[in-house]
Amino acid sequence: MSKTLFEKIWDKHVVKTMPDGTVLLYIDRHLVHEVTSPQAFEGLRLSGRKLRRPELTFSTMDHNVPTDDPNKILDPISKAQVDALKKNCADFGVTLYGLDSDKQGIVHVIGPELGITLPGLTMVCGDSHTSTHGAFGALAFGIGTSEVEHVMATQTLRQSKPKTFKVEFTGKLKQGVTAKDMVLKLIGEIGTAGGTGYVIEYCGEAIRSLSMEGRMTICNMSIEGGARAGLIAPDEVTYNYIFEQDRPFAPKGAEKDKLLAYWKTLPTDPGATFDREIVIDASSIAPQVTWGTSPGMVVDVTSKVPGLHDVPGYSAKDVEQALDYMGLKPGMAMTDIRPDTIFIGSCTNARLEDLRRIAKIIKGRKKASSVRVMVVPGSMRVRKEAEKEGIDQIFTDFGAEWRYAGCSMCLGMNPDQLKPGERSASTSNRNFEGRQGKGGRTHLVSPEMAAAAAIEGHFVDIRTWQPYLDSVKS
Amino acid sequence: MEPFTSHRGLLATLDRSNVDTDAIIPKQFLKSIKRTGFGESLFFDWRYDATGGPNPDFELNAPRFAGASILVTRNNFGCGSSREHAVWAVAQYGFKAIIAPRREIGGALIPGFADIFRNNCVKNGLLTIELSEAEVDQIFDFVARFTNLEATIDLDEQRIVLHMDEEESFHFDVDPVVKEHLLHGLDDIALSLKHLGDIETFEKTHNAQMPASVG
Ligand code: SF4
Repeated sequence: MSKTLFEKIWDKHVVKTMPDGTVLLYIDRHLVHEVTSPQAFEGLRLSGRKLRRPELTFSTMDHNVPTDDPNKILDPISKAQVDALKKNCADFGVTLYGLDSDKQGIVHVIGPELGITLPGLTMVCGDSHTSTHGAFGALAFGIGTSEVEHVMATQTLRQSKPKTFKVEFTGKLKQGVTAKDMVLKLIGEIGTAGGTGYVIEYCGEAIRSLSMEGRMTICNMSIEGGARAGLIAPDEVTYNYIFEQDRPFAPKGAEKDKLLAYWKTLPTDPGATFDREIVIDASSIAPQVTWGTSPGMVVDVTSKVPGLHDVPGYSAKDVEQALDYMGLKPGMAMTDIRPDTIFIGSCTNARLEDLRRIAKIIKGRKKASSVRVMVVPGSMRVRKEAEKEGIDQIFTDFGAEWRYAGCSMCLGMNPDQLKPGERSASTSNRNFEGRQGKGGRTHLVSPEMAAAAAIEGHFVDIRTWQPYLDSVKS
Repeated sequence: MEPFTSHRGLLATLDRSNVDTDAIIPKQFLKSIKRTGFGESLFFDWRYDATGGPNPDFELNAPRFAGASILVTRNNFGCGSSREHAVWAVAQYGFKAIIAPRREIGGALIPGFADIFRNNCVKNGLLTIELSEAEVDQIFDFVARFTNLEATIDLDEQRIVLHMDEEESFHFDVDPVVKEHLLHGLDDIALSLKHLGDIETFEKTHNAQMPASVG
């Protein structure tokens, strides 16, 4: 029988089917960070249970980390949370990439980087953007703290089988349009709950042409469309990413050959069916900018801020509330919006390739005097490699702040926050009210679009913007 | 976990859709390493004004909703992050159940609740009820018209009864697995550990096929 990629991974991980139809699903890798784990570790202690497979559990610190000086956590409550993780990892025998480690970084950046993330695995983390790892053809999803404890104690999860959703991007992207624009466009179409109950498989020519970094950006934001997980079938791009660089946990020698053979059996069989399918013509996608307080409130950069009744999927009241919060009026051109903060960071767009692409555009230029530009690499390894290439210098010459690795202003649990009324162009994934700081206003964009806004002081359509066109020529 | 069988309490309405977990409990409260103390921070940015006092414009601050234990809201409640803190905050504020509509827009179904949030509710004995949009509109309407409107939710019967002069009742669907779980207040981990033998047997073959995790 023809099977989808999802079904192949799922079937291989069913330990047992229960009489009620749910299954006990085996979990191959468990990623842990400081925010959603302390109560789970405490639960284990209180019940006298062991962490069953510490060698399958990997931990880092990212949300609370100050990115100006990681070793100076001024907030005592943040410090207590970071210290709790250190103690918990030591007590339960879990590998920790802490603040003193050159492998520390955002949990969804370091998993792939270290070779922990591999095709065909099941992976979970107490974090909704665990969907990122689906870019490798791993079934990866976010869970709550009770489930974190369940995985710690049993290395399994009790699950009902999700439905499958095929999203096909046909054709080629236009110059200046990126993976970020593809996924924002998708969310604009299906809505922020459009994927609820589904695992999405992304396929089609435009997906195949993406780098691993681009694929991670797309899978990362699957959750913003409500989906449990996003998946992309592994191919040569995936294998090259895994094997071309030093990834300590990537398989080697005979194991590598055995696994490669297995991974090649994973892609969806011809004739396999999905519960839902849509097709998007990638060549028709324009650079996207969000105008509201939900990732589904998004338009082409060439559009205007919509009117109260012009947004499918949102009531006039929702739109009114969002515009009011964002300080925008219907009919205003998106290119007239002037951000005062440019945030380049997060598990969506802060990998080496993202930084390289921005550096190419800004090299030899200065930021607009009206903006503050913050660059927060996704991991210490990204930071180090960027420094080797001189990218940090390009950013500092440009007038940007070059930071240490962490989640930073993606959610502002550390001191990096917008002030009330401040407006950001952000390469992150959520534009919720208060997400980047109470009263802060967020516009989600691609790294290239953020760079252009940093130079011009307002959004521009980079498809026709000379500095961008020059940068891709060189 | 406490079982949920039946509950009678005051209804409160929150007329917003896509209420995300950042709104339910903002990030600064995620730094706690405890499982309690989140009730006061529920809807923090909406609920309190700049001086830290209650914001009179926020619906749930209306005196008539004081002590409410059943929250009635709009579709896609709890979207965003996986933080279970959001569910702890709702539960510790005093809510026992949340009612939200599924909505149909252009053939697509928008559920009442986001996926991870709904899962987290089950783990904490909080009942999520999805009704049709028309039914939820009706409840909103009744709550607007009658102050101190109470309802009884009977999980076994899958029925909500609004206590008015002329009682109104609504049937709701619930996943049988979730129902079992809530009715008996089951401890998931203990249940799964009963299958430890199966897990160990599974691991023997599975581990040999999967990549070793040694770096
Ligand atoms: S970068 Fe943002 S979205 Fe990613 S894990 Fe950190 S807080 Fe979550």
